[in-house]
Amino acid sequence: MSTHSTYDMLRHLADSWGLVVMTGIFLGLCLWPFRPGAKPLNREVANSIFKDEDDV
Amino acid sequence: MHRTESLHIDETQKCEIGIYDQSMRLISRDLTPINVPSRQWVQRDMHITHGREGSMESALSRSGLWLVALLIAVAACAAAVDTGFAIHMGLVALACIIGLVVTLRGLDLSKAIMAPDQGRYDDDVIRWGVIATVFWGMAGFLAGLFIALQLALPALNLGLEWTAFGRLRPLHTSAVIFAFGGNALIATSFYVVQRTCRARLAFPGLARFVFWGYQLFIVLAATGYLLGITQGKEYAEPEWYVDLWLTIVWVAYLAVFVGTIVKRTEPHIYVANWFYLSFIVTVAMLHIVNNLNWPVSFVGSRSYPIFAGVQGALVQWWYGHNAVGFFLTAGFLAMMYYFVPKQAERPVYSYRLSIIHFWALIFLYIWAGPHHLHYTALPDWAQTLGMVFSVMLWMPSWGGMINGLMTLNGAWDKVRTDPIIRMMVMALAFYGMSTFEGPMMSIKSVNSLSHYTDWTIGHVHSGALGWNGMITFAAVYYLVPRLWNRERLYSLRMVNWHFWLATVGIVFYAASMWVAGITQGLMWREYGADGYLVNSFAETVLALKPMFFLRAFGGLLYLAGAVIMTINVWRTILGHQRDEAAMSDAAYDPEKDRPILTAPAVA
Repeated sequence: MSTHSTYDMLRHLADSWGLVVMTGIFLGLCLWPFRPGAKPLNREVANSIFKDEDDV
Repeated sequence: MHRTESLHIDETQKCEIGIYDQSMRLISRDLTPINVPSRQWVQRDMHITHGREGSMESALSRSGLWLVALLIAVAACAAAVDTGFAIHMGLVALACIIGLVVTLRGLDLSKAIMAPDQGRYDDDVIRWGVIATVFWGMAGFLAGLFIALQLALPALNLGLEWTAFGRLRPLHTSAVIFAFGGNALIATSFYVVQRTCRARLAFPGLARFVFWGYQLFIVLAATGYLLGITQGKEYAEPEWYVDLWLTIVWVAYLAVFVGTIVKRTEPHIYVANWFYLSFIVTVAMLHIVNNLNWPVSFVGSRSYPIFAGVQGALVQWWYGHNAVGFFLTAGFLAMMYYFVPKQAERPVYSYRLSIIHFWALIFLYIWAGPHHLHYTALPDWAQTLGMVFSVMLWMPSWGGMINGLMTLNGAWDKVRTDPIIRMMVMALAFYGMSTFEGPMMSIKSVNSLSHYTDWTIGHVHSGALGWNGMITFAAVYYLVPRLWNRERLYSLRMVNWHFWLATVGIVFYAASMWVAGITQGLMWREYGADGYLVNSFAETVLALKPMFFLRAFGGLLYLAGAVIMTINVWRTILGHQRDEAAMSDAAYDPEKDRPILTAPAVA
């Protein structure tokens, strides 16, 4: 494949399927902490940094 | 079962006896506090351990390694094709001699390495890192003030090549970003990863190598700039052999960090560690790709990059902008997500928001680099892409700022009573301001005015002094009493002084550079009726001169604040406590604390 057609192929991949896949992964990762049942877990992790204050 | 007992005794007769199994896991621990003041932990360790016979052989083999490294450095120094490389190899040889002497004199570094007490955190490297942060901070701020004065008073270039602005400027930027910021990141990451994973640092020997190896990198980079050894790439000035050394150190850093996460006892990995890990991994990737150079000679300090022309420019700014994004943003956000909740004694406002903040930063930042190349030979679509992603970055940045600030929700009084919280709030405020200003400046039409002007310098410093500096100072003030087992800082009032000097300093700096930048931008683009430019370059420089003095004054204030911090940290480490009035108290006037005497109501 010539340099130009490699560039062309990658360029078109980047603004079509590449973009769709990246956006999908991004949205999935952002929505993951909002899944049902994640609330107590989030609260627990947020408070985990204070565990060292009340144990021996 | 093979057992190891370790006994720790400190001056306050606190005894801690732990029983460990073969893999040094704590089986039981007996705490017998006899006379324990608050937060006074074990000072001196006395280990009664078995199986230390190997330490002699390891000391011998380690000194052998030092000797081999020394011989290679001396040979490279002798064969060097240029003076700079010879001086650098001399410095490497000196480092090897120091390592050799330390090993041969039997300074027992191996105690913490060979027989680590898994029931305690490994804080040696963190203590060194905090001291290095303060030291390099002072050096970097001083260099910054000096070059600011050079711009106002050119005579300060001293007529010497080694002290010219062009050589001192990278010394300043690298000292504050990589030496001050880098040491702060290494020290706090080792602190935070241990505390949030509830596990002792993995690979203690490697962790020590990371610290000292990084200091060698700093010394080689800094001396190289003065000698004129440079790749000529902003924030990536060090030459090929220094880059290779940093790569080795960085991979070791990654190993220590990931190793500690792997041996964690907490089920979840706290979000601060995500930020630290993304910082370490991305900086490794950026550093390697942007420094793909081929040396002219393997015993010389010159090299040429693989990429040329506009590709080279794009790779450089892909590196340069993500160095801002992942070194100065992700790494320092990790500090924010641990130290702000700890100092405020409240969990982060929204853990979900912190995760969105993280992923948005990762997915968006990496594309923003081309905004450094507006109106250049870079294809127009790439410029627009960089601009659009920069503007999108504004949202997660403000989400993160709001998340940090709202952590104080319900505890806003701490801004008034706790100067460390005040610093953190100011840091977040500057994070918000500079992440609003940045996307705005990346818009092409704004950039056509701001590019190449002092506005950019003002923007960088509102982020660096305001966000990175303030959050680092706050973290240092948080860490020092804890790391050296002191009840409190030497002086909270001095923290307050530091806060105000730094804040006013930044205001002088940023305001003068806004005025200077816009003046410059408008003067450069001013056309007369005849179609010629109205102003010569020298005329714009003359117009900026008062602003250069104001900027230097701002820098002086910022440096003065840092001097106060140095004294405060030093005295805290020495165990002194300043006799001072409390920062705030409810009003009480004994004169008025009595019943009112009036004529009896008899009439």
